Amino acid sequence: MIELVNIKKGFGDKIILPDVSAVMETGKVNLIIGTSGSGKTVMMKCMVGLMSIDAGKVLYDGKDFTGMNDHEKKEIRQQIGMLFQGSALFDSMTVEQNVMFPLDMFGKGTLREKKTRVMECLERVNLKEAAKKYPAEISGGMKKRVGIARAIVLNPKYLFCDEPNSGLDPQTSLLIDKLIKELTLEYNITTVINTHDMNTVMESGDHIVYMYQGRKQWEGSNKDIIFSNDEKLNDFIFASEFLRDAKEMRQMEMFQDQNWRNQIKKD
Amino acid sequence: MLKGMFSRPENMKMFWREFMRQCVDIGIGSLGIVFIISLFMGGVTTLQIAYQLVSPLIPKATIAQVVRDTIILEFAPTLTCIVLAGVVGSKIASELGNMRVSEQIDAQEIMGINTKGYLIRPKILAAIIMIPCLICIAGFLGIWGGQKAGELGGILSADQYWQGLRQDFRAYNIFFALFKSFVFAFIIASVPSYYGYHVQGGALEIGKASTSAVVVTCVLILFMDYLLAALLL
Repeated sequence: MIELVNIKKGFGDKIILPDVSAVMETGKVNLIIGTSGSGKTVMMKCMVGLMSIDAGKVLYDGKDFTGMNDHEKKEIRQQIGMLFQGSALFDSMTVEQNVMFPLDMFGKGTLREKKTRVMECLERVNLKEAAKKYPAEISGGMKKRVGIARAIVLNPKYLFCDEPNSGLDPQTSLLIDKLIKELTLEYNITTVINTHDMNTVMESGDHIVYMYQGRKQWEGSNKDIIFSNDEKLNDFIFASEFLRDAKEMRQMEMFQDQNWRNQIKKD
Repeated sequence: MLKGMFSRPENMKMFWREFMRQCVDIGIGSLGIVFIISLFMGGVTTLQIAYQLVSPLIPKATIAQVVRDTIILEFAPTLTCIVLAGVVGSKIASELGNMRVSEQIDAQEIMGINTKGYLIRPKILAAIIMIPCLICIAGFLGIWGGQKAGELGGILSADQYWQGLRQDFRAYNIFFALFKSFVFAFIIASVPSYYGYHVQGGALEIGKASTSAVVVTCVLILFMDYLLAALLL
C-alpha cells in the first residue's frame, strides 16, 4: 500500500500540488486521472522519488520514503517497477538485454537462471519471438509490453505506469490494460496508473483518484463513476455527447437491473 | 554532478562492461579521425616550416626539430583534443541528452541505480585513459607524416629528418604534452556529460546542448592550454 499524506509540491511560485492525500491499495489497479496540467504526472513523480516534495510524506507499506536516506531509498526502489510513457527502453540493447538489465544490475543467480527469468517475463507479455530485436525494430505496443516485462522482472511490489496507452490503438490499449490488471492480481502488487484513457478507467479502475487543478477532486471505483454527481468529474469523463448518452443508458440499465432484482426478491 | 559520481558502483561487473564499452567508443571509435588529422597535421607543418626557414645558414634538420616540438607541445595534444571535443564531446552530450529526454535515465533512477556513477563516471575514466593514448598515436603519426611530406616534397631526406628529431630533445616536453592530454581528456568527457545529463525538452534541446557542449569544451581546452603553458613552460 502506498499512502500520500498532505503532499505539497511547487516550482518556484507556482504551486502544482497544494495539499494532496490519497491511498493506493495493494492488489488493485489504482488510477490517477485528470485533465492535462492537473498535476497527476507530478504526483506520480513525487511518489517514486523522481521529484522531491516540499512538504508531506509518501509511505510505502507504512515506511516513510521521503525521510529515508539514499541507501534505504535504493532498497525501496528495487521493489518498484515502472512503465514509462515512451517505454524508455535502452536503444543500444536488444529486447532480451533490456529485460535482463535490472537482473544483471541487482539480481542474483547464474546467467542461465537470469535468462530463464527473462524468457518467463517475455512469454508473459507474449514477446518471446522478439527477444533478439532492438527497440527500433518493434512497434509501439510491443515496446510497451517490453517495458512491462522489464518492470516485472524483479518481482516488484509496486508497479507504476505513466500513460501506458498513449499513442496506441484501442485494441492494443485494451491488451495492455488487461495485461496490467492480470499482473496486478497475479502478483498482488500495488499498481498505480496515470492515464487519460477512458477505456482504462472503465475497464481497470478498481480505485480511481480524479485530480483537478492539483487537488483530489473525487475518489472511487469505475462502478461509482456512473452514478457520480461530481460536475467536474462528469465533464472530464463524459466529455462528448456520445459518452453522456452512453452513461444515461448504462444508468438506466443498472436501474432496471436493480428493479428486476428487487421484484424477484419480493416474489 | 561530480559529487554524485564518487559512490560505490551498484554492480562492479556492469560498471566494468560500461567502462569497456566507453573505452572502445572513445578510443577505437576516434582512431580513424586521429589517424587522418595527425598525418596531415605533420605533413602541413613540415611544408610550412620549410617555406619559412629559407636561410641557407639554417640546416635542413632544423625543420624536423621544429616539427617535432610543435607537434609534441601543441598540435598533437591541443589540435587532436579540439577535434575530439567535436567527435567525442557531441556524441557524449547527445547520447546522454537522448537518454534524458526519452526517460531512460529516469528508468535507471527508478531501478535504484546511481546514474551519475553508472553513466558519467565510465565516460570520464575511459576518456582519461584513452585520449592520452590517442594523443601519443597522434604525436607519432604527425612526426611520421612530417617525414613523408618532407621526402615527397623533396625538402629533406629521411636521414636529415631523423637527425633533426634527435637534436636538443627534451623529455619534459613529452611529460608536458601528456599532462595536458589528461586535463583535456577530463574536460572533453565532463563538460558534454554535464550538458547532456541536464537536457530538458526535446530533440531541439539535445542539438543545442550538444553544440553548447562542444563550444564550451573547445574554449576551455584553449584556455587551459594557455594556462598550462604559462605555468609549466
